[in-house]
Amino acid sequence: MKFQARSSVPMDFFSGDRRAFLKGGVAALAGSLLPLPLKAAVPSDVFVMALEIDDVISLDPAELFEFTGAEIAGNIYDRLLYFDTEQPDKIVGGIARSWDVSDDGLSFRFRLRPGISFQSGNSLAAEDAAYSLQRMIRLGKTPSFILAQFGFTPDNVGERIVAEDSETLVIRTGRVFAPSFLFACLTCACASIIDSKLVQAHEQSGDLGNKWLRTRSAGSGPFGLRVWKPNEIVILDLFENCWRGKSAMQTVFLRHIAEPGVQRLLIERGDIDVARNLGPDQAAGMAGNPGLRPHTVRKDGLYYMGLNQKNEFLRKAEVRQAFRYLVDYDGIANTILRGQAEIHQTIIPAGYLGTLDDRPYSWKLDEAKRLLAAAGLGDGFAVTIDVRNSQPDLDMAQSLQAGFAQAGITLRLIPGDGKQVLTKYRARHHDIYFGRWGSDYRDPHSNAQAFASNPDNSDAAKVKTLAWRNAWEIPELSRLTDEAVGERDPEKRAAIYHEIQRRVLDDSPFVVLFQEVDLAVERRELHGFVMGEGFDTVFYREVTKSS
Amino acid sequence: MNRSSFIAGAVRNIVAAAFTLLGLLIVTFIIGRMLPIDPVLAAVGDRAPADVIAKARAEMGLDLPLYRQFWIYAGHAVRGDFGESVLTAQPVISDIKRVFPATLELATSATLLGVLLGIPLGVAAAVWRGRWPDHVARIFGLIGYSVPVFWLGLMGLLLFYARLGWTGGPGRLDIYHEGLITPVTGSILIDSLLAGNGAVFADALRHLVLPASILAFFLLAYLSRMTRSFMIDALAREYITAARIKGLSEFRVVWVHAFGNILVSLITVIALAYGGLLEGSVLTETVFAWPGLGLYITHSLLSADMNAVLGGTLVVGCVFILLNLLAELFYPVLDPRLRRTQR
Repeated sequence: MKFQARSSVPMDFFSGDRRAFLKGGVAALAGSLLPLPLKAAVPSDVFVMALEIDDVISLDPAELFEFTGAEIAGNIYDRLLYFDTEQPDKIVGGIARSWDVSDDGLSFRFRLRPGISFQSGNSLAAEDAAYSLQRMIRLGKTPSFILAQFGFTPDNVGERIVAEDSETLVIRTGRVFAPSFLFACLTCACASIIDSKLVQAHEQSGDLGNKWLRTRSAGSGPFGLRVWKPNEIVILDLFENCWRGKSAMQTVFLRHIAEPGVQRLLIERGDIDVARNLGPDQAAGMAGNPGLRPHTVRKDGLYYMGLNQKNEFLRKAEVRQAFRYLVDYDGIANTILRGQAEIHQTIIPAGYLGTLDDRPYSWKLDEAKRLLAAAGLGDGFAVTIDVRNSQPDLDMAQSLQAGFAQAGITLRLIPGDGKQVLTKYRARHHDIYFGRWGSDYRDPHSNAQAFASNPDNSDAAKVKTLAWRNAWEIPELSRLTDEAVGERDPEKRAAIYHEIQRRVLDDSPFVVLFQEVDLAVERRELHGFVMGEGFDTVFYREVTKSS
Repeated sequence: MNRSSFIAGAVRNIVAAAFTLLGLLIVTFIIGRMLPIDPVLAAVGDRAPADVIAKARAEMGLDLPLYRQFWIYAGHAVRGDFGESVLTAQPVISDIKRVFPATLELATSATLLGVLLGIPLGVAAAVWRGRWPDHVARIFGLIGYSVPVFWLGLMGLLLFYARLGWTGGPGRLDIYHEGLITPVTGSILIDSLLAGNGAVFADALRHLVLPASILAFFLLAYLSRMTRSFMIDALAREYITAARIKGLSEFRVVWVHAFGNILVSLITVIALAYGGLLEGSVLTETVFAWPGLGLYITHSLLSADMNAVLGGTLVVGCVFILLNLLAELFYPVLDPRLRRTQR
């Protein structure tokens, strides 16, 4: 039997050797069901990953706010501070070697490590740090709100974020904030420190170098950007003089492979080191492969339902409560998510300051029916649920639909593209929204503000949190959220967040179901690939390969 | 064909093409604006504060009346400026220059393969109607019409790339060859030949062969059925009977007299099919991580990146118009009756 590789049509078929062709075809397909042989195709100083990189729209730290963009920036740039990847609740220094807070709680002083060089050869100084943070506010792109929360505006940021000398950066806030809140915000990828001299040299029409930096790099991290081809590939080259020391990988490739099945083929064949977007089916299929191992890490994304309070049925407290009992948490976790999420019912993710691990709800049909009857809706009602037309969201929504039907509630699924669903959600035109929410930064305020703050519930409100999107009017809870972010004592601050979470858990338009777990599969000879809990804490600098 | 009628025909075609493109622009623009997606979302994301959203909306011109938005866009488009893509932060024209050659390379290879295999198969099916070549063509047609390209692509990768190692994997090149060739035409095959780099050429060919074969298979199925149908009709004509009575060889009867007469119809079918492939085969491009035009337009449409959608659509429109013009130019060459008509 032989195939002609030059066309999809086996030529032997026409020459009459059909039996041999069929026999060979069956043998080849049967053989293909067996685990593929591994071969070490990727050189020991090259790191190759397959993942979806089509979310990258800019590599300028002051502009990027997408998962992959933040991950890439995390390997090109340094930040003042980081969350420790081993102990995610602990802050450690990046280019800042020490830091302190003034007695009045308004001034934060950071002393920088000396002798750090940018990839351009320029020295990194406090002026670069001040420029980077000021630039974020002045550019006014999406991530600017993270620092703008501290009262910085384009007009005052030049006076409030200053380089006292080449090794000292001072940040002065407009009011007292919890120090941990500011520190958490400074660990974001958008607070990366850029090479001010290099970027300023490429300014065009007052754009602060934004157009140039979107597709280039100006950092001091272990890798520099060689090329970014949108939706195709990102290539990073080693920066040998990185202050952290020279990484073992000379080159890092991030290949855009959207199809999980293809990612599986690539890693099984040994053409990549890590597959990043595998579904439970692919992961299960590789479970017995001795050359591969799973790499999981809890992420901060929460799956939740948002119940629009403009809907007459969802406005009833009993209905909201009944919904919490109509979710088959265990069933969804075990049959749909299969390791890609863990049950979590409060609005602050596990691993954050002040998180509460209360899980009072489980599948209780009778209790749900009792609550619905108490609401005068014992005969059921119909509502719609908007959901992204991607997995696992659709499967989860279908499971919810089946569970709700048992209580007489008709849940009509409206699947849509992600941006289509969001457009409707942001306009408050939904009944129920089902989706995922990831924190903007690793501080409880990110989620508390989203879920438990709604200072103005009018349609014309300027601040449109998740609570606003679901038309939940909560002046008292909004005040409590604001109080928490100003509390300097971490224990007292955590206690306020406990209170907020309990209130949301007891009665709110949010039904939180799961916390996301990120699953990658890596080759067994790979070591040191760090996937932190945040999307901007994925690091390649310690990657090595054993022979 | 005299000179004045040629010029009149050319002017007629150009005017028709211009109106077609204008219509395409208007329809695509209206569809883009009717989509229930806020284009600002793609630019600034879901988390942007109100002032950033308002600023982005103004920068994108979305706060202007629709007719002014269209007028501004059409004005730029005429000058070849489709604006900047929100998703890639690059000028749309640069994006198209990057993705279109990838599609062109794939579609052209697939069409060549499909034509070379599909037409003889269709002719054989018609000549031996009801016998085994006809059954083979029918089976290929059935599979081609019924098997999802997505599944066939994955199976192809599993068998020929992962198991047998005969072809390259997803993408246009192995990562080790990335960046070795300076793009001139955008076609890696041609650019590597121009650069005299045999290793990159061979790698590009290894990566092209599987997606091109998969697409060619579907084209083969379509073309063989169409050819069979045209040929059965042609073989039943009186001039074929006359040719046989005159004692011409069966080869000459089939390939010169019958096939020669179906060429005009076949060229139209091939041109349309080729245009369809150039428009992009989104699923094939997804499975093979092939950065082509179809994927680019689809991705842009789902993100309401209207500059990219409109730019890409215009390119597709131009391709169809060009292919139709080429097909029309070929008709008189292939059919002497049309030459006489035009005289």
